Amino acid sequence: MSTASATTLGHLPNRAPAQFLRARRRAAVVLIVIATLIAASFWSLNLQWANFFSASSMGRMTKFLGELLTPSREATFLAKLAIASLETLAMSALGTMLAALGGLVLALPASQSPGVESSLARAPVRLILNVLRSIPELVWAALLLISAGLGPFAGTLALAMHTAGVLGRLFAEAIENAPTAPAFALRVQGVPPGRVFLYATLPQVLPQIISYSLYRWENNIRAAAVLGVVGAGGLGQMLAFHMGLFHMKEASSVLIAMMLLVSLVDFLSYLTRRLMAR
Amino acid sequence: MTNLAALAPPRRDPAFHERLSWALLALVLLIPSLYATDFKPWVFFTPENLRVTARFIGDFFPPKLEVEFLTMVAREAWRTVAIATAGIALALVFAAPLALASTAILSVSSLPGRMHAIPFAARQAVRLLLIFLRSIPELVWALVFVRVVGLGATAGVLAIALTYSGMLGKVYGDILESGNLHSTTSLLRNGASRLQAFFYGLLPENAGELTSYTIYRWECAIRSSAVLGFVGAGGLGQQMELSMKMFNGSEVSTMLIAFVLLVWLADHVSLQLRKMIA
Amino acid sequence: MQNSSNNGALRIELRGLAARHPASAASAAPALKPLGLAITPGEQVAVIGPSGAGKTTLLHAIACALKPAQGGLLLNDDDPWSLPVARLQKLRGRIFMAPQNPPLPPRQRAITAVLAARLPAQSLWRSLRSLVYPTGIGEAHAALQQFDLADKLWDRVDRLSGGERRRVGLARALVAPASLWLIDEPLSALDPTRAKLAIDTLTGAARERGVTLIVTLHQVNVAARFPRIIGLRDGELVFDLPSMELTDDRLARLYAQYEHELTGPRTYAAEPNSDNVALPGRIVPT
Repeated sequence: MSTASATTLGHLPNRAPAQFLRARRRAAVVLIVIATLIAASFWSLNLQWANFFSASSMGRMTKFLGELLTPSREATFLAKLAIASLETLAMSALGTMLAALGGLVLALPASQSPGVESSLARAPVRLILNVLRSIPELVWAALLLISAGLGPFAGTLALAMHTAGVLGRLFAEAIENAPTAPAFALRVQGVPPGRVFLYATLPQVLPQIISYSLYRWENNIRAAAVLGVVGAGGLGQMLAFHMGLFHMKEASSVLIAMMLLVSLVDFLSYLTRRLMAR
Repeated sequence: MTNLAALAPPRRDPAFHERLSWALLALVLLIPSLYATDFKPWVFFTPENLRVTARFIGDFFPPKLEVEFLTMVAREAWRTVAIATAGIALALVFAAPLALASTAILSVSSLPGRMHAIPFAARQAVRLLLIFLRSIPELVWALVFVRVVGLGATAGVLAIALTYSGMLGKVYGDILESGNLHSTTSLLRNGASRLQAFFYGLLPENAGELTSYTIYRWECAIRSSAVLGFVGAGGLGQQMELSMKMFNGSEVSTMLIAFVLLVWLADHVSLQLRKMIA
Repeated sequence: MQNSSNNGALRIELRGLAARHPASAASAAPALKPLGLAITPGEQVAVIGPSGAGKTTLLHAIACALKPAQGGLLLNDDDPWSLPVARLQKLRGRIFMAPQNPPLPPRQRAITAVLAARLPAQSLWRSLRSLVYPTGIGEAHAALQQFDLADKLWDRVDRLSGGERRRVGLARALVAPASLWLIDEPLSALDPTRAKLAIDTLTGAARERGVTLIVTLHQVNVAARFPRIIGLRDGELVFDLPSMELTDDRLARLYAQYEHELTGPRTYAAEPNSDNVALPGRIVPT
């Protein structure tokens, strides 16, 4: 062999260099922290595994599962199911639409176009958007129920509030990332900011806005389906009602209706986005 | 000689009809939605509701700040995080092998070309399982488990574990399949076992993305865990629901603030961790 | 240096074997037309030919990475494709193939990348332990040193240059428990000095261990130093000769219309080298 063989190596390293060991130590620390967090979680929760795996629990689960596999098909029940489905669908669609409008209104002050000094309102509006989106739909629903009473109205508004926060932030980012030339040209001519937005920025970001809204609709149909559990109407309310009475067969039909509805909305959303892209 | 009249642009806006049709369609869908969701904003302003709302919101300021109460809130906030962490940890345990089983990359039988029939069917079955797990809303799982194991954290942990194992499993599979497969295929071709190819090829190639997504989902799980509390699965959500039922505005106010802070903190930690990985 | 499979060197035989390129669709025309070939254990063979000749496909077919579209492959008189999947996988462990594009995960360290070649001979537990802290630093160091990369032992693969990555991929051969080395374009992205080092190391190590070595090359002057040269063009075997018998004329016909792909002088004198291999004689210009 033409190159030096192993036996002539004077400085054969049998240990890793310091940098490697440091990296390994850091990784080990991170892993230990995560493991501690997980262990602490399990321990502090005092989970009732015995309860879950007990004979009676397992027996109940099997009974539930059995009933869940035989959905009810009784006529009057199915009629109510259809109405509830329409209610849920309407909740999700209307809620998303309101959220898109609200989000757009809030996105304008919340966005900062490069070259334009941000408005004073930017920070507070961003805070509002954050609060809106931090609070989950269900919590909003529970709050709004107090003022608006039971029923889908509270659910629609809850969806609208939460989604407005989400969409508002997405819209603001889209506005900030839009090419600035058209808006700049108008601003330089002295056009007031509102009209600059309508004529220059909005047409550019409109496809993205519609796309984001359609995506959120897909999410919102799932949320709307379960909002009823706290009393906001629709399929969720039916589900909570029947589960409370252990009517697993009816609950099963409701679940199937939920899944069908979700698939429908996913499909419609996909179709609309495809149509728009053409 | 060209006919100038024929070259003149149309006098009417050609896009107007189409836009009008879309607008009318939206209106036609909107009105029944308003009806179906029982949309009556004036309900907020009935004297009765106004009174209740005013008192509830009035109670928000000042938020309840007694030490004993704050300790309880802190403890429940930790429990919410713990439920999320335990749930995600369990979800990981299920999702990792399911994800591996669902990808075609580690398929030894498909190294030369098409996969054999039985492994293919097995992989599709795993995929279907993952899709099933993630399409059932966690709230539904929680409702079932609360009736099986009773109120408390166990139901929440199990609900999160099941739903998120579907989500994590599916996305892990997608990440693995869309990453660079060259090193993994090469190891398999040279005779390494499937798990060896995973640890020496797939994992190093995709570790960043996998970890990043997992951290993002942990953050989502914290929000889910709060929501699940509303149906009795423990944590801050459960306490909030109790306080809301009692119309105790100041308690709800404190807990809402705590929740928003918690979400913000988790968001922050998640962002930092994901930056460290990149 | 380890020498784990001097036994069990494989005898290769192709009979009318046709195969499609690894990346092509199932309905595409085969990149390799039916060809026959026999390689004895311990032989060193260079495969040359213009682009699209089927060199990569040939290597993949021999490595059992591709099922033949036609004809058969025999390794030690066994058809690997008739074996159960588990045994075939074990057989693959005895073959080491280095693709042209080094298959190294970007964030992996060179030492782990090199030691990954040991996997077929390691249990899962040992491979995992080695991930935490490499077992076999000496082995990896020695392998990389043969390619003048010892100082990059602990560096991340994505911090290495293209040529360095290529050499890490080649260094794996020295660590693999294989008795058949199939190397695709080992010298791409390497400068002349390093190229010479690389090819010397590979051929020397192969000879020392009795490993069969098959290499595809564009650099004809390097190919001429192998005892046997195979020329492919458009999927067909154009010639299969002891390199002494390779004439300029044959070379020109092989690379007709692809002359720009020839690297190195078309006529070449025997280069002084430190191997003890019997040198091919002078090429007789026609």
